[in-house]
Amino acid sequence: MATKEEMEANRRRYEELRAAGQGATLKGLPALTARDGAPLVADTIISREQVPPGWYATVRLRRSEALRIVDEQGAASVALVGWREEDTSERINCADTVKVQWSAAIAKGRVILTDMGRVLVSVIEDTSGAHDLLAGGSNAGSTAAAYGAATRNTHDNFLAAAAKIGLSLRDIPPCVTFFAPVSVDAGGQFVWTAERKHAGDFVDLRAEMNLVLVASNCPHPLDPARPPSAGTVTLIRHRAAAPGADDPCRTASPEAARAFTFTDRLYA
Amino acid sequence: MSNLVYARDVPAEAPWSHIIRRGQTLRIIDSEGQQAVDALLYCVENPAERYSAQDTLRMQRSAYVGLGTALVSNNGRVMARITADSCGQHDTSAGCCSCESNAVRFGEQTRYQHACRENFILELSRDGLTKRDIVANLNFFMNVPIDPSGNFTVVDGISAAGNYVDVTAEMDVLFVISNCPQVNNPCNGFNPTPIRVEISDPPRA
Repeated sequence: MATKEEMEANRRRYEELRAAGQGATLKGLPALTARDGAPLVADTIISREQVPPGWYATVRLRRSEALRIVDEQGAASVALVGWREEDTSERINCADTVKVQWSAAIAKGRVILTDMGRVLVSVIEDTSGAHDLLAGGSNAGSTAAAYGAATRNTHDNFLAAAAKIGLSLRDIPPCVTFFAPVSVDAGGQFVWTAERKHAGDFVDLRAEMNLVLVASNCPHPLDPARPPSAGTVTLIRHRAAAPGADDPCRTASPEAARAFTFTDRLYA
Repeated sequence: MSNLVYARDVPAEAPWSHIIRRGQTLRIIDSEGQQAVDALLYCVENPAERYSAQDTLRMQRSAYVGLGTALVSNNGRVMARITADSCGQHDTSAGCCSCESNAVRFGEQTRYQHACRENFILELSRDGLTKRDIVANLNFFMNVPIDPSGNFTVVDGISAAGNYVDVTAEMDVLFVISNCPQVNNPCNGFNPTPIRVEISDPPRA
Protein backbone atom coordinates (compact mmCIF):
# COMPACT_ATOMS: atom_id res chain seq x y z
CA MET A 1 0.00 0.00 0.00
CA ALA A 2 1.24 3.44 -0.94
CA THR A 3 2.19 5.91 1.77
CA LYS A 4 0.47 9.26 1.90
CA GLU A 5 3.69 10.92 0.74
CA GLU A 6 3.98 8.58 -2.27
CA MET A 7 0.36 9.20 -3.22
CA GLU A 8 0.83 12.96 -3.00
CA ALA A 9 4.05 12.81 -5.02
CA ASN A 10 2.32 10.76 -7.73
CA ARG A 11 -0.57 13.23 -7.87
CA ARG A 12 1.82 16.17 -8.18
CA ARG A 13 3.68 14.48 -11.04
CA TYR A 14 0.40 13.66 -12.80
CA GLU A 15 -0.79 17.25 -12.59
CA GLU A 16 2.55 18.49 -13.96
CA LEU A 17 2.35 16.05 -16.88
CA ARG A 18 -1.24 17.06 -17.55
CA ALA A 19 -0.39 20.77 -17.58
CA ALA A 20 2.45 20.13 -20.00
CA GLY A 21 0.38 17.83 -22.21
CA GLN A 22 -2.71 19.99 -22.59
CA GLY A 23 -1.57 23.54 -22.17
CA ALA A 24 1.98 24.71 -22.02
CA THR A 25 3.50 22.04 -24.27
CA LEU A 26 7.08 22.98 -24.91
CA LYS A 27 6.50 23.47 -28.62
CA GLY A 28 2.82 23.25 -29.45
CA LEU A 29 1.64 21.52 -32.60
CA PRO A 30 2.67 22.74 -36.07
CA ALA A 31 0.10 24.45 -38.30
CA LEU A 32 -1.84 22.23 -40.66
CA THR A 33 -0.40 21.71 -44.14
CA ALA A 34 -1.86 23.83 -46.94
CA ARG A 35 -3.84 21.76 -49.46
CA ASP A 36 -1.42 22.87 -52.18
CA GLY A 37 1.57 22.42 -49.86
CA ALA A 38 4.12 19.64 -49.31
CA PRO A 39 4.39 18.54 -52.96
CA LEU A 40 6.03 15.14 -53.46
CA VAL A 41 9.22 15.02 -55.50
CA ALA A 42 8.77 12.51 -58.32
CA ASP A 43 11.84 10.42 -57.57
CA THR A 44 10.77 9.85 -53.96
CA ILE A 45 7.55 8.13 -55.01
CA ILE A 46 7.70 4.33 -54.76
CA SER A 47 4.17 3.43 -55.81
CA ARG A 48 0.72 4.87 -56.24
CA GLU A 49 -2.69 3.24 -55.98
CA GLN A 50 -6.29 4.37 -56.31
CA VAL A 51 -8.80 2.71 -53.99
CA PRO A 52 -12.39 2.85 -55.22
CA PRO A 53 -15.26 3.54 -52.84
CA GLY A 54 -16.04 0.54 -50.64
CA TRP A 55 -12.65 -1.14 -51.15
CA TYR A 56 -9.41 -1.58 -49.29
CA ALA A 57 -5.69 -1.78 -49.92
CA THR A 58 -2.83 -3.33 -47.99
CA VAL A 59 0.44 -1.38 -47.91
CA ARG A 60 3.79 -2.48 -46.54
CA LEU A 61 6.10 0.33 -45.44
CA ARG A 62 9.72 0.16 -44.37
CA ARG A 63 10.77 2.38 -41.49
CA SER A 64 11.22 5.96 -42.81
CA GLU A 65 8.94 5.46 -45.80
CA ALA A 66 5.63 7.30 -45.73
CA LEU A 67 2.11 6.85 -46.99
CA ARG A 68 0.20 9.81 -48.37
CA ILE A 69 -3.57 9.27 -48.19
CA VAL A 70 -5.58 11.67 -50.35
CA ASP A 71 -9.35 12.21 -50.12
CA GLU A 72 -9.71 13.30 -53.74
CA GLN A 73 -13.29 14.60 -53.72
CA GLY A 74 -13.59 15.38 -50.00
CA ALA A 75 -16.24 12.68 -49.75
CA ALA A 76 -14.25 9.73 -48.43
CA SER A 77 -13.14 8.55 -45.01
CA VAL A 78 -10.26 6.12 -44.63
CA ALA A 79 -10.23 3.64 -41.75
CA LEU A 80 -6.78 2.30 -41.00
CA VAL A 81 -5.22 -0.47 -38.91
CA GLY A 82 -1.60 -1.58 -38.86
CA TRP A 83 0.77 -4.16 -37.46
CA ARG A 84 4.53 -4.36 -36.94
CA GLU A 85 5.75 -6.54 -39.73
CA GLU A 86 8.17 -8.66 -37.68
CA ASP A 87 5.67 -9.37 -34.88
CA THR A 88 2.04 -8.76 -35.72
CA SER A 89 0.98 -9.11 -32.08
CA GLU A 90 2.25 -5.53 -31.90
CA ARG A 91 -0.30 -3.27 -33.56
CA ILE A 92 -2.03 0.08 -33.61
CA ASN A 93 -3.47 1.05 -30.23
CA CYS A 94 -5.94 3.94 -30.38
CA ALA A 95 -6.51 3.99 -26.63
CA ASP A 96 -2.82 4.46 -25.83
CA THR A 97 -2.58 6.99 -28.66
CA VAL A 98 -5.20 9.26 -27.09
CA LYS A 99 -4.30 8.87 -23.45
CA VAL A 100 -0.53 9.22 -23.89
CA GLN A 101 -1.01 12.44 -25.90
CA TRP A 102 -3.81 13.72 -23.63
CA SER A 103 -5.98 14.22 -26.71
CA ALA A 104 -8.41 12.42 -29.00
CA ALA A 105 -7.78 15.05 -31.69
CA ILE A 106 -5.00 13.61 -33.78
CA ALA A 107 -3.43 16.03 -36.26
CA LYS A 108 -0.12 17.04 -37.79
CA GLY A 109 2.64 16.73 -35.19
CA ARG A 110 0.97 13.82 -33.37
CA VAL A 111 1.92 10.17 -33.45
CA ILE A 112 -0.04 6.92 -33.54
CA LEU A 113 1.26 4.39 -31.04
CA THR A 114 1.39 0.62 -30.88
CA ASP A 115 0.38 -1.35 -27.81
CA MET A 116 4.09 -1.69 -26.90
CA GLY A 117 4.81 1.96 -26.13
CA ARG A 118 6.35 2.54 -29.55
CA VAL A 119 5.46 4.77 -32.48
CA LEU A 120 3.69 3.08 -35.39
CA VAL A 121 3.47 6.18 -37.59
CA SER A 122 4.01 9.93 -37.27
CA VAL A 123 1.54 12.37 -38.80
CA ILE A 124 4.10 14.52 -40.65
CA GLU A 125 1.72 16.30 -43.03
CA ASP A 126 -2.00 16.87 -42.57
CA THR A 127 -4.30 19.35 -44.29
CA SER A 128 -7.38 18.20 -42.38
CA GLY A 129 -6.90 17.77 -38.64
CA ALA A 130 -10.32 16.08 -38.56
CA HIS A 131 -9.79 12.43 -37.75
CA ASP A 132 -11.52 9.92 -35.48
CA LEU A 133 -10.01 7.55 -32.94
CA LEU A 134 -13.14 6.82 -30.91
CA ALA A 135 -16.06 5.58 -33.00
CA GLY A 136 -14.49 3.04 -35.37
CA GLY A 137 -15.53 1.78 -38.79
CA SER A 138 -18.69 0.59 -40.47
CA ASN A 139 -20.03 -2.96 -40.43
CA ALA A 140 -22.92 -4.79 -42.08
CA GLY A 141 -25.32 -3.68 -39.34
CA SER A 142 -24.34 -0.03 -39.45
CA THR A 143 -24.67 0.18 -43.23
CA ALA A 144 -28.01 -1.65 -43.20
CA ALA A 145 -29.30 0.75 -40.55
CA ALA A 146 -28.05 3.81 -42.43
CA TYR A 147 -28.80 2.95 -46.06
CA GLY A 148 -31.58 0.34 -45.86
CA ALA A 149 -29.36 -2.48 -47.09
CA ALA A 150 -25.96 -3.77 -46.04
CA THR A 151 -23.14 -2.49 -48.24
CA ARG A 152 -19.41 -3.09 -48.47
CA ASN A 153 -18.01 -2.03 -45.11
CA THR A 154 -14.84 -1.58 -43.10
CA HIS A 155 -15.36 -4.60 -40.82
CA ASP A 156 -15.49 -6.95 -43.80
CA ASN A 157 -12.65 -5.12 -45.57
CA PHE A 158 -10.36 -5.50 -42.55
CA LEU A 159 -11.26 -9.19 -42.29
CA ALA A 160 -10.50 -9.83 -45.96
CA ALA A 161 -7.25 -7.88 -45.87
CA ALA A 162 -6.13 -9.58 -42.65
CA ALA A 163 -6.87 -13.02 -44.08
CA LYS A 164 -4.56 -12.34 -47.02
CA ILE A 165 -1.61 -11.78 -44.71
CA GLY A 166 -2.34 -14.75 -42.46
CA LEU A 167 -4.23 -12.82 -39.79
CA SER A 168 -7.83 -13.11 -38.60
CA LEU A 169 -10.60 -11.42 -36.63
CA ARG A 170 -8.51 -11.83 -33.44
CA ASP A 171 -5.85 -9.57 -34.92
CA ILE A 172 -8.07 -6.64 -35.87
CA PRO A 173 -7.80 -3.85 -33.30
CA PRO A 174 -9.78 -0.60 -33.02
CA CYS A 175 -9.02 1.66 -35.99
CA VAL A 176 -8.25 5.29 -36.70
CA THR A 177 -10.33 6.97 -39.42
CA PHE A 178 -8.87 9.84 -41.42
CA PHE A 179 -11.07 12.61 -42.84
CA ALA A 180 -13.76 11.79 -40.26
CA PRO A 181 -14.62 14.99 -38.34
CA VAL A 182 -16.00 13.41 -35.15
CA SER A 183 -15.91 15.31 -31.88
CA VAL A 184 -17.62 14.91 -28.51
CA ASP A 185 -20.02 17.62 -27.34
CA ALA A 186 -20.49 18.79 -23.77
CA GLY A 187 -23.22 16.17 -23.28
CA GLY A 188 -20.98 13.33 -24.46
CA GLN A 189 -22.71 12.93 -27.83
CA PHE A 190 -20.69 12.43 -31.00
CA VAL A 191 -20.88 15.32 -33.46
CA TRP A 192 -20.05 15.18 -37.19
CA THR A 193 -18.84 18.48 -38.68
CA ALA A 194 -19.18 18.09 -42.45
CA GLU A 195 -17.67 21.56 -43.10
CA ARG A 196 -14.30 20.20 -41.99
CA LYS A 197 -14.06 17.95 -45.08
CA HIS A 198 -12.44 19.31 -48.26
CA ALA A 199 -11.58 17.93 -51.67
CA GLY A 200 -7.88 17.18 -51.83
CA ASP A 201 -7.34 16.76 -48.09
CA PHE A 202 -4.34 14.54 -47.38
CA VAL A 203 -2.21 13.13 -44.59
CA ASP A 204 1.35 11.81 -44.71
CA LEU A 205 2.06 8.99 -42.27
CA ARG A 206 5.75 8.29 -41.74
CA ALA A 207 6.46 4.69 -40.76
CA GLU A 208 8.55 4.52 -37.60
CA MET A 209 8.89 0.73 -37.84
CA ASN A 210 8.53 -1.81 -40.63
CA LEU A 211 4.81 -2.29 -40.84
CA VAL A 212 1.77 -3.50 -42.70
CA LEU A 213 -1.19 -1.12 -43.02
CA VAL A 214 -4.71 -1.78 -44.25
CA ALA A 215 -6.71 1.21 -45.48
CA SER A 216 -10.48 0.84 -45.95
CA ASN A 217 -12.25 3.43 -48.11
CA CYS A 218 -15.78 3.26 -46.68
CA PRO A 219 -18.01 6.05 -45.37
CA HIS A 220 -17.60 6.62 -41.65
CA PRO A 221 -20.62 5.21 -39.79
CA LEU A 222 -21.37 8.61 -38.25
CA ASP A 223 -21.26 10.40 -41.63
CA PRO A 224 -24.88 11.52 -42.11
CA ALA A 225 -24.55 11.71 -45.91
CA ARG A 226 -27.40 9.73 -47.54
CA PRO A 227 -26.92 7.97 -49.87
CA PRO A 228 -23.49 7.10 -48.60
CA SER A 229 -20.77 9.51 -49.51
CA ALA A 230 -18.28 7.91 -51.81
CA GLY A 231 -15.05 9.16 -53.20
CA THR A 232 -11.79 7.88 -54.56
CA VAL A 233 -8.81 7.62 -52.27
CA THR A 234 -5.26 7.80 -53.57
CA LEU A 235 -2.48 6.07 -51.66
CA ILE A 236 1.08 7.15 -52.45
CA ARG A 237 3.98 5.26 -50.90
CA HIS A 238 7.05 7.47 -50.83
CA ARG A 239 10.42 8.00 -49.20
CA ALA A 240 10.11 10.63 -46.48
CA ALA A 241 12.88 13.06 -45.67
CA ALA A 242 14.95 11.91 -42.72
CA PRO A 243 13.68 13.56 -39.52
CA GLY A 244 15.88 16.39 -38.27
CA ALA A 245 16.82 17.08 -34.68
CA ASP A 246 13.85 19.44 -34.42
CA ASP A 247 11.35 17.06 -36.06
CA PRO A 248 7.91 18.23 -34.80
CA CYS A 249 6.63 14.72 -34.09
CA ARG A 250 9.78 13.51 -32.33
CA THR A 251 9.92 16.59 -30.12
CA ALA A 252 6.22 17.34 -29.56
CA SER A 253 6.21 16.30 -25.90
CA PRO A 254 8.22 14.32 -23.35
CA GLU A 255 5.79 11.43 -23.91
CA ALA A 256 6.38 11.44 -27.68
CA ALA A 257 10.14 11.70 -27.16
CA ARG A 258 10.09 8.62 -24.92
CA ALA A 259 7.97 6.66 -27.40
CA PHE A 260 10.55 7.43 -30.11
CA THR A 261 13.39 6.42 -27.79
CA PHE A 262 11.72 3.05 -27.23
CA THR A 263 11.04 2.67 -30.97
CA ASP A 264 14.60 3.53 -31.95
CA ARG A 265 15.86 0.73 -29.67
CA LEU A 266 14.26 -1.80 -32.02
CA TYR A 267 16.67 -0.64 -34.70
CA ALA A 268 19.74 0.28 -32.63
CA MET B 1 -30.06 -9.25 -5.91
CA SER B 2 -31.97 -12.38 -5.12
CA ASN B 3 -30.81 -15.61 -6.80
CA LEU B 4 -27.19 -14.94 -5.91
CA VAL B 5 -25.10 -17.84 -7.18
CA TYR B 6 -21.54 -16.55 -6.73
CA ALA B 7 -19.77 -13.85 -4.77
CA ARG B 8 -16.11 -13.04 -4.40
CA ASP B 9 -13.91 -10.23 -3.17
CA VAL B 10 -11.19 -9.43 -5.70
CA PRO B 11 -8.07 -8.11 -3.97
CA ALA B 12 -6.46 -4.85 -5.00
CA GLU B 13 -4.33 -5.20 -8.16
CA ALA B 14 -5.62 -8.73 -8.94
CA PRO B 15 -7.33 -10.27 -11.99
CA TRP B 16 -10.54 -12.29 -12.02
CA SER B 17 -12.64 -14.06 -14.64
CA HIS B 18 -15.82 -16.11 -14.79
CA ILE B 19 -18.37 -17.21 -17.35
CA ILE B 20 -21.60 -15.23 -17.17
CA ARG B 21 -24.44 -17.18 -18.75
CA ARG B 22 -27.08 -15.56 -20.91
CA GLY B 23 -29.61 -13.96 -18.56
CA GLN B 24 -27.28 -13.86 -15.56
CA THR B 25 -26.21 -10.54 -14.08
CA LEU B 26 -22.74 -9.65 -12.88
CA ARG B 27 -22.66 -6.94 -10.22
CA ILE B 28 -19.30 -5.19 -9.78
CA ILE B 29 -19.05 -3.29 -6.50
CA ASP B 30 -16.46 -0.58 -5.89
CA SER B 31 -16.07 -1.63 -2.28
CA GLU B 32 -14.02 1.29 -1.01
CA GLY B 33 -14.61 3.88 -3.78
CA GLN B 34 -12.53 5.48 -6.58
CA GLN B 35 -11.36 2.14 -7.97
CA ALA B 36 -11.14 1.57 -11.72
CA VAL B 37 -12.16 -1.89 -12.91
CA ASP B 38 -10.85 -2.86 -16.36
CA ALA B 39 -13.04 -5.40 -18.13
CA LEU B 40 -13.14 -7.48 -21.33
CA LEU B 41 -15.87 -9.81 -22.62
CA TYR B 42 -15.46 -12.78 -24.96
CA CYS B 43 -18.16 -14.87 -26.61
CA VAL B 44 -17.86 -18.34 -25.06
CA GLU B 45 -18.95 -20.05 -28.26
CA ASN B 46 -16.31 -18.26 -30.37
CA PRO B 47 -13.82 -16.14 -28.44
CA ALA B 48 -12.67 -14.40 -31.65
CA GLU B 49 -15.90 -12.47 -31.15
CA ARG B 50 -15.26 -10.11 -28.28
CA TYR B 51 -16.19 -6.76 -26.79
CA SER B 52 -15.60 -3.80 -29.08
CA ALA B 53 -15.35 -0.36 -27.52
CA GLN B 54 -15.69 1.44 -30.85
CA ASP B 55 -18.77 -0.52 -31.96
CA THR B 56 -20.32 0.06 -28.54
CA LEU B 57 -19.83 3.82 -28.72
CA ARG B 58 -20.80 4.10 -32.38
CA MET B 59 -24.07 2.20 -31.78
CA GLN B 60 -25.13 4.58 -28.98
CA ARG B 61 -23.56 7.63 -30.69
CA SER B 62 -22.02 8.87 -27.48
CA ALA B 63 -18.67 8.63 -25.76
CA TYR B 64 -19.36 7.23 -22.29
CA VAL B 65 -20.75 4.02 -20.84
CA GLY B 66 -23.72 4.15 -18.49
CA LEU B 67 -27.12 2.74 -17.63
CA GLY B 68 -28.66 1.19 -20.75
CA THR B 69 -25.43 0.97 -22.74
CA ALA B 70 -25.42 -2.14 -24.94
CA LEU B 71 -21.98 -3.78 -24.89
CA VAL B 72 -21.44 -4.66 -28.55
CA SER B 73 -19.07 -7.22 -30.05
CA ASN B 74 -16.62 -6.83 -32.93
CA ASN B 75 -19.26 -8.58 -35.05
CA GLY B 76 -21.89 -6.01 -34.13
CA ARG B 77 -23.90 -8.20 -31.76
CA VAL B 78 -25.09 -7.18 -28.30
CA MET B 79 -23.16 -9.22 -25.74
CA ALA B 80 -24.57 -7.63 -22.57
CA ARG B 81 -26.26 -4.52 -21.25
CA ILE B 82 -25.70 -2.19 -18.32
CA THR B 83 -28.87 -2.78 -16.31
CA ALA B 84 -28.06 -0.83 -13.15
CA ASP B 85 -25.50 1.83 -12.33
CA SER B 86 -25.20 3.72 -9.06
CA CYS B 87 -22.05 5.58 -10.17
CA GLY B 88 -22.87 7.10 -13.56
CA GLN B 89 -19.40 7.55 -15.03
CA HIS B 90 -17.53 4.83 -16.92
CA ASP B 91 -14.96 4.93 -19.72
CA THR B 92 -14.20 2.70 -22.68
CA SER B 93 -11.77 4.81 -24.71
CA ALA B 94 -8.67 4.90 -22.51
CA GLY B 95 -7.74 1.22 -22.68
CA CYS B 96 -5.82 -0.53 -19.96
CA CYS B 97 -2.49 0.37 -18.41
CA SER B 98 0.57 -1.60 -19.42
CA CYS B 99 4.20 -1.57 -18.36
CA GLU B 100 5.03 -0.23 -21.80
CA SER B 101 2.49 2.61 -21.90
CA ASN B 102 3.32 3.56 -18.32
CA ALA B 103 6.96 4.00 -19.33
CA VAL B 104 5.88 6.35 -22.13
CA ARG B 105 3.36 8.30 -20.05
CA PHE B 106 5.10 8.60 -16.72
CA GLY B 107 8.77 7.87 -17.38
CA GLU B 108 10.93 4.80 -17.59
CA GLN B 109 11.06 4.42 -13.80
CA THR B 110 7.43 3.20 -13.92
CA ARG B 111 8.13 0.30 -16.32
CA TYR B 112 8.53 -2.23 -13.55
CA GLN B 113 5.18 -1.66 -11.89
CA HIS B 114 2.30 -4.12 -12.05
CA ALA B 115 -0.25 -3.19 -14.73
CA CYS B 116 -3.64 -4.26 -16.05
CA ARG B 117 -2.24 -5.83 -19.19
CA GLU B 118 -0.10 -8.17 -17.06
CA ASN B 119 -3.30 -9.19 -15.28
CA PHE B 120 -5.18 -9.68 -18.55
CA ILE B 121 -2.40 -11.77 -20.13
CA LEU B 122 -2.21 -14.09 -17.13
CA GLU B 123 -5.97 -14.44 -16.71
CA LEU B 124 -6.63 -14.96 -20.44
CA SER B 125 -3.93 -17.63 -20.62
CA ARG B 126 -6.22 -19.91 -18.57
CA ASP B 127 -8.55 -19.97 -21.58
CA GLY B 128 -5.92 -20.24 -24.30
CA LEU B 129 -6.08 -16.56 -25.20
CA THR B 130 -3.07 -14.26 -25.58
CA LYS B 131 -2.01 -10.63 -25.91
CA ARG B 132 -3.47 -10.74 -29.44
CA ASP B 133 -6.89 -11.07 -27.86
CA ILE B 134 -6.64 -7.96 -25.69
CA VAL B 135 -8.59 -5.07 -27.19
CA ALA B 136 -9.76 -1.70 -25.90
CA ASN B 137 -11.59 -2.52 -22.69
CA LEU B 138 -14.25 -1.13 -20.40
CA ASN B 139 -13.08 0.93 -17.45
CA PHE B 140 -15.84 0.83 -14.89
CA PHE B 141 -15.79 3.65 -12.31
CA MET B 142 -13.08 5.46 -14.31
CA ASN B 143 -13.72 9.11 -15.07
CA VAL B 144 -12.25 10.20 -18.43
CA PRO B 145 -13.94 13.33 -19.78
CA ILE B 146 -13.35 14.18 -23.45
CA ASP B 147 -13.95 17.85 -24.22
CA PRO B 148 -15.12 19.27 -27.57
CA SER B 149 -11.54 20.17 -28.54
CA GLY B 150 -10.48 16.57 -27.95
CA ASN B 151 -8.72 17.03 -24.61
CA PHE B 152 -8.73 13.62 -23.00
CA THR B 153 -7.99 13.36 -19.29
CA VAL B 154 -8.16 10.74 -16.57
CA VAL B 155 -9.50 12.69 -13.60
CA ASP B 156 -10.57 11.81 -10.06
CA GLY B 157 -13.15 9.02 -9.96
CA ILE B 158 -16.59 9.94 -8.66
CA SER B 159 -17.55 6.50 -7.39
CA ALA B 160 -18.21 6.25 -3.67
CA ALA B 161 -17.69 3.19 -1.49
CA GLY B 162 -20.38 0.67 -2.38
CA ASN B 163 -21.23 2.06 -5.80
CA TYR B 164 -22.01 -0.74 -8.24
CA VAL B 165 -22.74 -1.49 -11.86
CA ASP B 166 -24.83 -4.43 -13.13
CA VAL B 167 -24.00 -6.13 -16.43
CA THR B 168 -26.65 -8.55 -17.74
CA ALA B 169 -25.42 -11.03 -20.34
CA GLU B 170 -27.33 -11.52 -23.59
CA MET B 171 -25.06 -14.39 -24.66
CA ASP B 172 -22.74 -16.65 -22.70
CA VAL B 173 -19.64 -14.55 -22.11
CA LEU B 174 -16.24 -14.99 -20.52
CA PHE B 175 -15.97 -11.87 -18.36
CA VAL B 176 -12.41 -10.88 -17.49
CA ILE B 177 -11.47 -8.20 -14.96
CA SER B 178 -8.27 -6.50 -13.94
CA ASN B 179 -8.70 -4.66 -10.66
CA CYS B 180 -6.50 -1.80 -11.80
CA PRO B 181 -3.10 -1.42 -10.06
CA GLN B 182 -2.30 2.01 -11.57
CA VAL B 183 -0.74 4.43 -9.06
CA ASN B 184 0.45 7.11 -11.50
CA ASN B 185 -2.89 8.77 -12.24
CA PRO B 186 -6.09 9.49 -10.30
CA CYS B 187 -8.13 6.52 -11.63
CA ASN B 188 -7.68 4.69 -8.34
CA GLY B 189 -7.21 7.70 -6.10
CA PHE B 190 -3.48 6.80 -6.24
CA ASN B 191 -4.29 3.87 -3.93
CA PRO B 192 -5.68 0.62 -5.44
CA THR B 193 -8.32 -1.11 -3.32
CA PRO B 194 -10.41 -4.35 -3.41
CA ILE B 195 -13.66 -4.79 -5.30
CA ARG B 196 -16.46 -7.35 -5.00
CA VAL B 197 -18.14 -9.34 -7.78
CA GLU B 198 -21.54 -11.06 -7.49
CA ILE B 199 -23.32 -13.21 -10.07
CA SER B 200 -27.05 -13.80 -9.89
CA ASP B 201 -29.50 -15.83 -11.91
CA PRO B 202 -32.39 -14.07 -13.60
CA PRO B 203 -35.50 -13.60 -11.46
CA ARG B 204 -37.82 -16.60 -11.76
CA ALA B 205 -40.94 -15.91 -13.78
